[in-house]
Amino acid sequence: MMINRLFTALTLSLMLSACDVEPWVKPYERAHLADPIMMFDRDPVSSTYLGHVHDAREGARGAGLATGGGCGCN
Amino acid sequence: MPVKVLVVQAWPQVVVVVVTKVLNRPVCFLVVCLGLLSLPGFNAIAAVLPEDRADVLYHSYDGGGVTVDGPSVLVRKKVGESVSVSGNYYVDSVSSASIDVALVSGASRYAEERTQTSVGIDYLYDKSTMSFSTTTSSENDYDADTTSLGMSQEMFGGLTTISMSYTLGDNTVRRNGDPLFSDYAKTKNYRLSLTQVLTKDLIMAMAYEIITDEGYLNNPYRSVRYLDGTSFTLQPEIYPRTRTSNAVAVNFRYYLPYRAAFNVGYRYFVDTWDIQADTFEVGYTHPYDEHWTFDADLRLYNQSNADFYSDLFPYINAQNYLARDKELSTFTSYSIGLGAAYEFNQEDLGVFDKGSLNFYYNYFIFDYADFRDATQTSYPVGQEPLYNFSASVIRLYLSLWF
Repeated sequence: MMINRLFTALTLSLMLSACDVEPWVKPYERAHLADPIMMFDRDPVSSTYLGHVHDAREGARGAGLATGGGCGCN
Repeated sequence: MPVKVLVVQAWPQVVVVVVTKVLNRPVCFLVVCLGLLSLPGFNAIAAVLPEDRADVLYHSYDGGGVTVDGPSVLVRKKVGESVSVSGNYYVDSVSSASIDVALVSGASRYAEERTQTSVGIDYLYDKSTMSFSTTTSSENDYDADTTSLGMSQEMFGGLTTISMSYTLGDNTVRRNGDPLFSDYAKTKNYRLSLTQVLTKDLIMAMAYEIITDEGYLNNPYRSVRYLDGTSFTLQPEIYPRTRTSNAVAVNFRYYLPYRAAFNVGYRYFVDTWDIQADTFEVGYTHPYDEHWTFDADLRLYNQSNADFYSDLFPYINAQNYLARDKELSTFTSYSIGLGAAYEFNQEDLGVFDKGSLNFYYNYFIFDYADFRDATQTSYPVGQEPLYNFSASVIRLYLSLWF
């Protein structure tokens, strides 16, 4: 219970303090990140299928790479 | 299940809602999403909608006596400035004479088809993206309806993207040849993910997902075996009717100085059936001239068995729950993947902005540590060779952006 409260307090502190954070990678420094080869999920139709192959044959599931996640490049 | 709500008024017009123990409380989950999105930092940068594109994929799996292939078509299109709609049609054509089938019904091969359709909508409102999708899947002995609701937001100057989703699956399980049998299985997924820019060359993605199941969770055709004198006899599997799993994953992607990308990832999984699993992945992406992109990846997966799994039980009804599903056994799998994508010249594409033809091949090896090949009858019961098999997976697809 104490750990949960500490975690909550820490998370909230981080969230609130981060509101004033200056981006440490400026928009003009994001050319590499904007390159399509840096996308975690370049082709969702393909990665979704491979995830299905894994899920059907393994006991583990969940927490696969997010689709639609951004890189802050836009 | 009790829900605790803590309201913190620590910032002008900011309300932070923290809800713990949100399992089985989708409304509370949405309250958490809305509370988080009300933070100033979460509204720093407007989100964007996904690109308009169409993909036509042929997929094929061949291994362990099972072949599965079929098409998948995914189309996504913006409607106006704030809405994007998508549709997916997917087919699995299965032909199986796997070791499970061989044990229960001899060598007879069976065939079946699963058809799945999905529609989704993404809505860009103010500075957040909300998404909704619904999927229907049907085969002759299993129907599944899945509904998903999600939110995604960039914040902190575009360096961070946070996403949350809730998915509800409502499934009906039947058994061919037994018209009296029908049962249900419900699945709920709670997912939180974070994408974080660390440096101008390094990006990280983390995800945490809880999945709960309730209902009929085993395969209605599969059996366990128990020792019966010097041979074995089969009896149907019996699984618990609930399962909860937790998975956490972290992935990094790094831009190499000569325009290539390296990625590494790890996932830890644990569930209430006592399965623990580790997944390691590394990959490399290498563009070549203006048309080609090559990919290579390695994946290592290993898991411990469920606490009610056994390859050979000592006698009939040896325990309350019984499983001999090799997916619940102790095993390791390795895979290597290679792929190439060719991007067409824009002038060759007519009305399309961009297009590519893609081919990916993955080779898998599955090595089981406590699942024996019970079809090998020349060995004493319980001393058959441990089972293993390899599989090939092909993905061939055309992608068009418009």
